[in-house]
Amino acid sequence: MTTMSDPQQGSFRLSMLLNDTRYRSYTFQFIALILLIALMAFLGINLVRNLAEAGLNISYGFLNVPAGYDINQSLIDYNSQSSNLRAAMVGIINTLLVAFLACITATILGVIAGVARLSKNWLVSKLMSVYVEIFRNIPVLIWILMIYTLMTAVLPAPNQFRGDNATSSMLFDAFAFTNRGIYIPAPVWGPGSMIVVATFILSIVATIIYRRYAVSLLFRTGKLLPMGWPTIAILLVPSILIFFIMGSPIALDYPELKGFNFRGGLQIGAPLIALWLALSVYTGAFIAENVRAGIQAISKGQTEAASSLGLRPKRVMNLVVLPQALRVIIPPLISQYLNITKNSSLAIAVGYADITATLGGITLNQTGRAIECVLLLMLFYLTISLSISAIMNVYNNSVSLKER
Amino acid sequence: MAEQAQALNVSNEVAISIENMNKWYGTFHVLRDIDLTVYRGERIVIAGPSGSGKSTLIRCINALEEHQKGRIEVDGTVLSSDVKNIDKIRSEVGMCFQHFNLFPHLTILENCTLAPIWVRKTPKKEAEEIAMHFLEKVKIPDQADKYPGQLSGGQQQRVAIARSLCMRPRIMLFDEPTSALDPEMIKEVLDTMVELAEEGMTMLCVTHEMGFARQVANRVIFMDEGQIVEQNEPEEFFNNPQSPRTKLFLSQILGH
Amino acid sequence: MSDTHAASVPYVRDTMLPQNAPPSTAQGPVKWVRESLFSSIPYTILTLAALYVIYLILSGFLPWLLGGVWTTSNIRECREVLDGAQAGCFSVLTERWNQLLFGIAYPQDGYWRPTAAFVLLFVAVAPVLFGNLPRWLILFTVLYPFIAFWLIWGGSLFVPLSALLAALIGYVIYSRIVKKSFAGAFFAGLLAGGVAWVVFSFITPQLSGVLALEPVASRNMGGFMLNMILGVICVSLSLPLGILLALGRQSSLPIIKLICVVFIEFIRGVPLITLLFVANVVLAYFLPPGTNFDLILRVIIMITMFASAYIAEVIRGGLAALPRGQYEAADSLGLDYAQAMRLIILPQALKISIPGIVNVAVGLFKDTTLVSIISMFDLVGMIRGPILASTDWNGVYWELWGFAALLFFVVCYGISQYSQWLERQLQTDHH
Repeated sequence: MTTMSDPQQGSFRLSMLLNDTRYRSYTFQFIALILLIALMAFLGINLVRNLAEAGLNISYGFLNVPAGYDINQSLIDYNSQSSNLRAAMVGIINTLLVAFLACITATILGVIAGVARLSKNWLVSKLMSVYVEIFRNIPVLIWILMIYTLMTAVLPAPNQFRGDNATSSMLFDAFAFTNRGIYIPAPVWGPGSMIVVATFILSIVATIIYRRYAVSLLFRTGKLLPMGWPTIAILLVPSILIFFIMGSPIALDYPELKGFNFRGGLQIGAPLIALWLALSVYTGAFIAENVRAGIQAISKGQTEAASSLGLRPKRVMNLVVLPQALRVIIPPLISQYLNITKNSSLAIAVGYADITATLGGITLNQTGRAIECVLLLMLFYLTISLSISAIMNVYNNSVSLKER
Repeated sequence: MAEQAQALNVSNEVAISIENMNKWYGTFHVLRDIDLTVYRGERIVIAGPSGSGKSTLIRCINALEEHQKGRIEVDGTVLSSDVKNIDKIRSEVGMCFQHFNLFPHLTILENCTLAPIWVRKTPKKEAEEIAMHFLEKVKIPDQADKYPGQLSGGQQQRVAIARSLCMRPRIMLFDEPTSALDPEMIKEVLDTMVELAEEGMTMLCVTHEMGFARQVANRVIFMDEGQIVEQNEPEEFFNNPQSPRTKLFLSQILGH
Repeated sequence: MSDTHAASVPYVRDTMLPQNAPPSTAQGPVKWVRESLFSSIPYTILTLAALYVIYLILSGFLPWLLGGVWTTSNIRECREVLDGAQAGCFSVLTERWNQLLFGIAYPQDGYWRPTAAFVLLFVAVAPVLFGNLPRWLILFTVLYPFIAFWLIWGGSLFVPLSALLAALIGYVIYSRIVKKSFAGAFFAGLLAGGVAWVVFSFITPQLSGVLALEPVASRNMGGFMLNMILGVICVSLSLPLGILLALGRQSSLPIIKLICVVFIEFIRGVPLITLLFVANVVLAYFLPPGTNFDLILRVIIMITMFASAYIAEVIRGGLAALPRGQYEAADSLGLDYAQAMRLIILPQALKISIPGIVNVAVGLFKDTTLVSIISMFDLVGMIRGPILASTDWNGVYWELWGFAALLFFVVCYGISQYSQWLERQLQTDHH
């Protein structure tokens, strides 16, 4: 009797499939697998029969056929003769563009609102809770449509900027808010502008090096260099100097009213603005809650312990509270970014040409390739989601507290 | 074997027999060649430093942990991978945990009647009578309608004992029942256990309460590094330990 | 006194000091205003800025709201009455009230039916939400789905009645067997209920005219009612599905776990709108040829799947938060898997998960507005479509959007306040 003994060993009975821990997990999994296969087969057979009945097939050939529709906002070359695949690419880039912009502004808004909500100033903190409650309790679609309405129905038409008795005027002669979108000055990159840009990037590197050096000096000698003003100086002074030395290579192209419309500058369409702003304020309200919860999660004991060691409030924040709060804030923050990306699919409601509006909207309707289009659409979003989850896992593993 | 039983002055009916049992966590060998026979009515205390595998040993007896090699027979039922055998053993072996593990969403009475009703299929009324009987026995019948969170640790552990007794087990396992208690509550739990022992319950206790061991145990087992290092009657065990490991352990816990 | 105190170490107090009031600068409204509004110069600036923002918002909003017109029948009349004043044409709300709430196609003399169903909804959910109500009220919660179905969809009372009877038969069979085997009882109950339903379905058509309300087809549902219907049905259906998915994901059986993980991650990885596209244009391809159930049912299926994945994740968190000892205690008492889950683990895990589930429910309710994109006429769809497109009200934006926003705000804020109250309750419960 050296191995685990079992009176019925060797004699296999059918009841053991259900009663023996060694076999019953296989039994259940086998049943689950059979059910899954049956479901798949059922759906598959129906699909084949339905397609045959409608005289259709699954084919992705339509991707190479000219799309035949125009897209007003595109960062890459596109015209109505471009293929559906090209239209989808435009959509992907537009999705990423609005998601990227909204992530940045939502984070800024959310951090400000979240911190302000914890402010000891009663009025400010109440104002921020009103913001948070109002924005997160009303559907984002309604926000998108409201801001879109604001953009298209309330802002003046370009021709109202015309003439001597114009009813609207440009802000600083540089910004024009019209119902066709917002016009802002566009940078013109002259010769030598790359040197300015390169200087600026080097300055960023230099600030990081300076701060590292200051910390290591503190560790080695106990001498603390000032951090605040040298950072700003290193960051800005060289770039500004180079800018003027190179003879102001970067110029701004201002929008101008020509005829019935603005020319020049950069036009940001009303759909993009509506989507961008709505996603920012809506998600910002959620981020504010995450930030508040993150800061509150750091127990008062941590602040007290740090203060009792003689650290000044600013250092307590930077060295003790923030590193811990970020651990709590960043995971939900990243999932809010994911939500922004997924909610950007509501672009279709205001006619912003994101991937859902191009591939899942016009292309689908024109080609009738419903299954293929929706499948590709889902694949795109899945890829984004899974990549972001992967990044989040890497982050979580890298910051997880080392515990016994 | 029978001589051993006679020597220990208990019945020669075997309650638990463990032969050559081994267990690994991954590649870590937690239990090594355990051989142990427990006779009906025996009170065994298992002692040893933390990580010596003593808790794992008694958790293997009711299949909370799976052993990989060897044979465990409880009350004539071999612990195999057959679910029916496992259920049979579990319903005959009571267990008390270090952290009581009462069900916080159920009242004390419901905690005690749950298993009799659902496992033993006892009618509810009868189950409640049994439960009240055992709650009286552990001296907290008046708390029957409260929730576990409203009781002190000692009271909770006594409820946990009553909950196990409601299944009318023939064997009781105790996994460090007093380790999570405040000092002033240890006694009330130990008193309950002593009473149980005096009624002839077969008991296996993992505990650091050496006073309890002297008072009620008829055998003390010392484990270290997953092995049974020494076992003896309590008098001999405490007064005349043989193994240097046992001596070291006893000097550490009885030192002050 | 203090000298003697310091000098002589043994000391006994013979008179106790009474409580004294703090100095006047450290209490009262003056202190509050000074500390919470004007404690420093930056704070004072912040306070003044906040006051200015509030003034700006109110000075724009209040005249618009208070000076509004409520009784005209179209936008031109309204503008005449307003005569250039900046105020709202709220008459669009009064004039299109029924459309906003019930859609275009719901029979006009039947508006009381969804209204009654809505009011009864509160009675039905009350015993679920508040533990201190009498337990027999839960009976009404059980009856509610059948009553609400009859009220909203109409038809003979015998259709929901026979469904109720079938469910009852299934339940009786289940409760007879459940002590022996949960799985056996579950499937036997399901089978008995199903058989009873099929048998009844031969009888009910004969009674189609008896005790009947005017039947309303699903496609005629609209307005805020549609949002409510979708929200309530999908949340209730997704709860059991979410529990199963969560248990599957926590399971030790790799294939079952894999199926659940793939399903949950897939659903959570795609936007709801793509699932609505599936309901709208793709799902029909995967159903047997000739089956033709209406869009609202397909949408309910997809939204339910969507919500169940999120609820599963919430419940998984609840399961993971339970101490290992609860599982072990259940095992050591000899409870089998189904019993341990049903009696010990799930009641506790669900209780911890309620705030999370409520958050999912609020999110889902807001997301029901997305059906307007696949041209269903929910509240948003009604506003964008029939109302703003009509010549009578083309141009009245803010009154309509404000109304929609207000409706959603009231419901969602109410639910989230409940969730916070519950969280505080849970923190103090039994500890």
